[in-house]
Amino acid sequence: MPLDQSYVGRSYPPTEPYQVGREKIREFARAIGATDPEYLDPEAARALGYADVVAPPTFPIIFTMASSHQQIVEDPELGIDYSRVVHGDQRFAYRRPIVAGDALVCVNTVEEITSRSGHDFMTTRSDVSTEAGEPVVTVWAKLVQRGEE
Amino acid sequence: MAFEPQTFRVTRADLVRYAGASGDFNPIHWSERFANSVGLPGVIAHGMFTMALVGRAVTAWAGAADAVVEFGVRFSRPVPVPDTDEGTEVVVSATVKGETEDGHTRLALTATCQGEKVLSMAQAVVRKR
Repeated sequence: MPLDQSYVGRSYPPTEPYQVGREKIREFARAIGATDPEYLDPEAARALGYADVVAPPTFPIIFTMASSHQQIVEDPELGIDYSRVVHGDQRFAYRRPIVAGDALVCVNTVEEITSRSGHDFMTTRSDVSTEAGEPVVTVWAKLVQRGEE
Repeated sequence: MAFEPQTFRVTRADLVRYAGASGDFNPIHWSERFANSVGLPGVIAHGMFTMALVGRAVTAWAGAADAVVEFGVRFSRPVPVPDTDEGTEVVVSATVKGETEDGHTRLALTATCQGEKVLSMAQAVVRKR
């Protein structure tokens, strides 16, 4: 069964704020081999004008993937079979850098659903902002649900 | 403007570390048995790990962590990571594709593994320094 087109445009409730921790940024930076001091050392980051250690560009995937998975992929009524899902595209549009100490809220939306050659394509959008509503980054992921064998 | 291509070594240990740091514990990125059971030739890198390496190259070329305005890729081919000390290599290169309406620089990005492109439609928009 193709995915239900009526889900296009549906937004889910804002998530609980994700608390951006200094050690999490360091852990993520080390895991991707990013050794520049602004990712690791608060003093070095402040000298470059950041409030604290700064997150590498793909850091938001940690909380946007988790929250859109929980809200959209696991929505029983949408009925995605995650065992057939692969990650197709990923895109980020940045408004301001993420630094340790940020508390970030995601609003997840189903932006597009298409079907082609038995495969389903779903684009999710995560609008990430501070609790006060300042936009931080918008994150799009296209998931491909392969057709059943 | 030309950019020096950047080469990143990727081993199984890197995938385990990335799984923990990112929270993406899909077993195709650490279990040969599971990867084979879903038709893959073996363990493959997280697409987001490859994208993170490309992000390192882009921030290095742009000169700052916050110089990246937009960043997008399509995962077109998996990056198999053999269980060896050497693992594999991902090579990232970029060319300038012009300027955006806002005066930022548009980069077309390429990532290859074993000579094959693993991303398509990969691009970044970076702020001029």
